[in-house]
Amino acid sequence: MVAHVLLIEDEPNIAEAIRFLLTRDGMRVSHATEGMAALVLARQDPPDLVILDHMLPGMSGLEVLASLRADPASRATPVMMLTARGRDREVAEQAGADRFMTKPFSNAEILAEVRAMLGQPGPTP
Amino acid sequence: MPLSALTGTKLRDLRLAQGLRQADVAQRAGISASYLNLIEHNRRKVTPEVMERLADAIGIDRSALAEGRNAALVEDLRSAAARGGSLAEVERVEDFVDRFPGWAGLLASLEARSLALERAVEALNDRMSHDPHLSASLHELLSSLAAVRATAAILAETPDLDAEWAARFHRNLHQDSERLAAGAEALVGFLDARQGIEEQGIAAPQEEVEDWLRGRGWRISDAELQTGLAEEIAGLASSAARSLAGAHVARARADAGILPEAPFAAALAEIGPDPLALAARFAAAPLAVMRRLAGRPEVQAGLVLCDGSGTLTFRKPAIGFPLPRFGAACPLWPLYAALGRPMQPVEARVQMAGQGDRRHRVIAWAETRHPQGLRGPELREAAMLILPDAGEGPVLRIGSSCRVCVCGDCPARREPSILPAEAIG
Repeated sequence: MVAHVLLIEDEPNIAEAIRFLLTRDGMRVSHATEGMAALVLARQDPPDLVILDHMLPGMSGLEVLASLRADPASRATPVMMLTARGRDREVAEQAGADRFMTKPFSNAEILAEVRAMLGQPGPTP
Repeated sequence: MPLSALTGTKLRDLRLAQGLRQADVAQRAGISASYLNLIEHNRRKVTPEVMERLADAIGIDRSALAEGRNAALVEDLRSAAARGGSLAEVERVEDFVDRFPGWAGLLASLEARSLALERAVEALNDRMSHDPHLSASLHELLSSLAAVRATAAILAETPDLDAEWAARFHRNLHQDSERLAAGAEALVGFLDARQGIEEQGIAAPQEEVEDWLRGRGWRISDAELQTGLAEEIAGLASSAARSLAGAHVARARADAGILPEAPFAAALAEIGPDPLALAARFAAAPLAVMRRLAGRPEVQAGLVLCDGSGTLTFRKPAIGFPLPRFGAACPLWPLYAALGRPMQPVEARVQMAGQGDRRHRVIAWAETRHPQGLRGPELREAAMLILPDAGEGPVLRIGSSCRVCVCGDCPARREPSILPAEAIG
């Protein structure tokens, strides 16, 4: 079964790169650029994994995370947060994020983390 | 006025330096040798008249024994001892100043330097933590960098990349490199532009406005309010600061309309700086009176305003009452007690941590308003007038903000101080 990843990122070029990486790896990627639209998407088409930017316009990443955790349908969905600052990590951890990736991240790192969170094996050497 | 005990030690040192006997000096000064002995051992205070005779008897300038010129130095060292913990022999500070004026001066200047550096550290720390411009600039840089890194890696690591995707990623790379360059340039410009500003601390539009008002002595005359000060406001660096300054002037103009300069000054002279009494006299809001009082040079009042969130929206400092540059102030400020119960005055005598024995009388008051009527939210605003105080009685110990507060046992502390551990009392 194809894994479904919901990517919530307002930077279009970062989103495009991540989307390319995950799609090429066989995943299905939905994309939202702000929190409210992302929550609607998450209800309509529940993802297997959420990649969530910390600094979003309107609702912050932490507010989106809190909404996801408050909804029984998405309470257990693994969430990876993309943060710009090291100290955001602690805050995100307290808010219920499962993994963190500090910008600027490497493609190999993010792909490995996503695979691990989805329980998928790594690439064959 | 009796001179202080420190003078006795100095007197003895000077007499011995001149090679004079106690009995001879006492005789020349017209006092008994036993009395001079008590004076020299700091067991009797001595009047200026006797001191003058003793100075003449020893053959020295009387001013060399004066204590007044060292009073400021003594006070500085007492403050240093209060900040530095309990290691110093505070009870002997006058003796120290008198015996070693050079060392005492050096210590006082080092203490002043240390205070200035702490303020600079605080400003830089706050700037890094709270400055919205810096935060936005860094976020922009990191976002651009993240996009560049991810895109460049795809291009470098995907030899069979479809031509259309390759073209798209090349375009993205170009866009992000332009953003990166612009972001770096803006960041450098931002830091450069602020290097020369006092204490390198001005970072927000509110501070820009306060700096402008400070330059005017915190005073805008009623005649100037009528002109609107458009030219001066136009000279402020940021549009946000110009907007805030315009709003400040508009509100000050409205206050002046209700509390005209001459009648207000007359009422102030008659009643004193009592915001409620003055408000009653002019049928004005106490907040307007407090803002007006802060502009009166004869009152020497500091003023802070905050909104319903407790965020300080205006800061006019008072001597010995440092105000936080960013973030929340000390939660023990009566300002916040007033914010929690509008229309009820809160008055207190307070002592600011790290400021020696200096006290202030503060008067706080909060009001609510509903600019959108019953269907809109209730907005709160609180003000705290900070007045000099020489009175006695119990005081409320407060700080500026937790980050720079030396109160070690404060029940309201919300974060550790950035000051060295030895400074925390």
